[in-house]
Amino acid sequence: MSATTSATLELNGAAPAPAGARRRATAIRWALAVVWFARAKPLGAIGGIIVVAMLIMAAFAEQIAPYPYDETIRGARMRPPSSAHWLGTDNLSRDMWSRIVYGARVSVTVGFAAIALAILAATAIGVSCAYFGGLWDLAAQRVVDAWLSFPVLVIILSVMAVLGPGRLNLIVSIAIIGAAVNSRVIRGATLTVMQSQFVEAARAMGCGHVRIIARHLLPNVTATIIILATIGLGAVILAESALSFLGFGVPPPYPSWGAMLSGSGRTYMLRAPWMAVWPGVAISLAVFGFNMLGDALRDVLDPRLRGGR
Amino acid sequence: MLKRYLLRRLLVAVPSLLIATAIVFTLPRLIPGDAVQLMLAETSYAKDLDELRAKLGLDRPFHVQYVEWLGRAARGDLGESLWTRRPVLLELAQRLPVTGELALYATIIAMLIALPVGVLAAARQDSVADYIARSLAILGLSVPAFWLATLLIVLPAIWWGWRPLTGYVEFRQDPLAHVTQILLPALILGIASAAALMRLTRGMLLEVLRQDYVRTAWAKGLTERAVVIKHGLRNAVIPVITLLGTQLPQILGGTVIIETIFGLPGISRFLFDAINQRDYPVIQGVNLLVVSTIVVINLAVDALYAVLDPRIRY
Repeated sequence: MSATTSATLELNGAAPAPAGARRRATAIRWALAVVWFARAKPLGAIGGIIVVAMLIMAAFAEQIAPYPYDETIRGARMRPPSSAHWLGTDNLSRDMWSRIVYGARVSVTVGFAAIALAILAATAIGVSCAYFGGLWDLAAQRVVDAWLSFPVLVIILSVMAVLGPGRLNLIVSIAIIGAAVNSRVIRGATLTVMQSQFVEAARAMGCGHVRIIARHLLPNVTATIIILATIGLGAVILAESALSFLGFGVPPPYPSWGAMLSGSGRTYMLRAPWMAVWPGVAISLAVFGFNMLGDALRDVLDPRLRGGR
Repeated sequence: MLKRYLLRRLLVAVPSLLIATAIVFTLPRLIPGDAVQLMLAETSYAKDLDELRAKLGLDRPFHVQYVEWLGRAARGDLGESLWTRRPVLLELAQRLPVTGELALYATIIAMLIALPVGVLAAARQDSVADYIARSLAILGLSVPAFWLATLLIVLPAIWWGWRPLTGYVEFRQDPLAHVTQILLPALILGIASAAALMRLTRGMLLEVLRQDYVRTAWAKGLTERAVVIKHGLRNAVIPVITLLGTQLPQILGGTVIIETIFGLPGISRFLFDAINQRDYPVIQGVNLLVVSTIVVINLAVDALYAVLDPRIRY
C-alpha cells in the first residue's frame, strides 16, 4: 500500500497501514536524531544549516537569483550594496548577489565529486598498503612519494593542458592530489591499528583478508577518514577557488567565487571594495560550514571520543 | 637496527626520485597541439621550427632525451631559460632563498601555533578554551589565503592609507625591513597549516588520552604535565608529523599565490611565469628542485617516524 493511500485512510479515521506507519516512524526517528544532534552540537548544527543553504542555492539558483548571472543592468555600474542590489554590482554592472548564488554551483559540484573520488582512492591505497605491506606497499608508496612531491599547481596545469579546461578536469586534477595526500595519513592510521591484538586474534582465528579489512581495520580508521573527508571538502572548495583565482577554473562569464576575486575584483578593489569582499565571505562561509559540520559529526560518530574526561 | 632501517629507507627514496623526475620530464611534453609551433609564433624563441626543436632537444627519441636530460641535471646543468637566455641553475640559485625563507617561517609559525593550542584543547576538552581554539582553527582553515592577503592589502589602504612595501628588500640591504616584509606573507601561509595541524593534534591526543596506559599513568599519581606531554603527546604526534610532511608541498604550492600577490621574487612566481611563457627548461628546473627537496623531507619524516615510535618498522 502506498504512502498516499495510508495518509488518506488516516485522514478518514481508519487505522494507519503498517507500511505508512513504518515510514512515519523512520521519519520521526530521523527528525528526533536531527533535533538531538542540534542540541548536542550547536556549532555543528550551524555548519549544517550553512551547508544546506549552500546546497539549496546551488540547486535552485535560477529561482533564488534576482538576475541572470551574466545580465548587465543599465546604469548600475559598481553600485554599493543597496535594497535593489543586496551585495552591490560589479564593474560590468552585474548583480553581485546573483553571481554569488550561481557561483555556489561550481563549488558544490567540484567539491563533492573531487572529495568522493579522492577519499575512495586514498582508502584503497592506504589500507591495502598497510595491510599487505611488502613489495606492493614499497612500490605504491614510491609512486605516492613521487606524486606528493609534486607542486600542486603543475599537476593541475598539466592535466588541464592535456585534457582541456573544464569542470570535469578540475575535479580529476584536484582528486589526484587529494588521493595521494590522504592515502599517506590513512596508511599511517592503519599501521597503528594493525599493531592491535584484535587484529592478531582475527588472524589467528583464520579470518580472510576481506573480513579483517572490512570488519576490523576499516571501522577503526573511519574516524581518520571522516576527519580527512571533512577537512578535505573544505580544502577542495578552497583549492577550486584558488585555481579559479589563478585563472584555471571554469571559464567566464560563468561565475565562480575564486575567479570573482581575481581580475576585475582586484583591479577595482580600492574603488569598489565589495567586489573583493563578498566572494571571499562566500568561500569562507562555505568552507566554515563544512568544517563545523564535519567536526561535530566526527565527535558523534566515533564512539571512542564520546563522553570521557 | 635504526641505522640499517635508515639506510634501507634511503635506498628506497632513489626510485621515488626517479619516478618523480620522469613525471617532471614528461609533463611539459603532454601539452597538446604543436606547442613548439605556438611558442615560435608567440614568443620568437628561435628562427625556425627546426632550430627550436633542436634547442629543446625534441628532435631525438623520447627515452634518449630523458636520459640525457637526467645526466645533465645530475651535473648541475639545467639548460638555459628560453625567455631570459640565462642558465636555469643561476636563476634558481637567486630565487631559492626567498621561497626557502618564506616556507621555513610559515612552517615554524604553523608549529608554534598548532602544538600548544592542540594540546590545550585536548587536555581541556569541551572547555571554553577548547571551543575558542577549535572555532579559530576552523576559521583559519576556512579563509582562503589569497583573499586574506587581498584584504590585508586593501583594508589598511582604505582605512589608514597604509600600503605594504612594494619592491623586494634584500637581507644585506636592510635586515629588519627584509624580515618584516616576509613575516606577513609567511603568517598568511602558516595560518592554514596551523589550523590543520592543530585539529589533528587535538584529535589524536584525545584518542591517546583514552588509552589504558594513560589511565595507569593517572593512577600512578603522575602530574598532568607528565601524563599529557610524555605519555600522550609523544604517541599522538606521529600522524601530526606525517601531516607536517605533506603540508610542505601545500605550503610551497601556496607560495605561488602569495609570492605573486606580495611581489616576492621567489621560485614559485618564477614557475608561474614560466608556465605562462611556455619556458620548458625553467618549468623542468623548478620542478626538479622542488621534487628533490620534498623527497628528502619525506625521507626525514619517515626517519623521525621510526625514532618516535619504535613499534613501526618495515
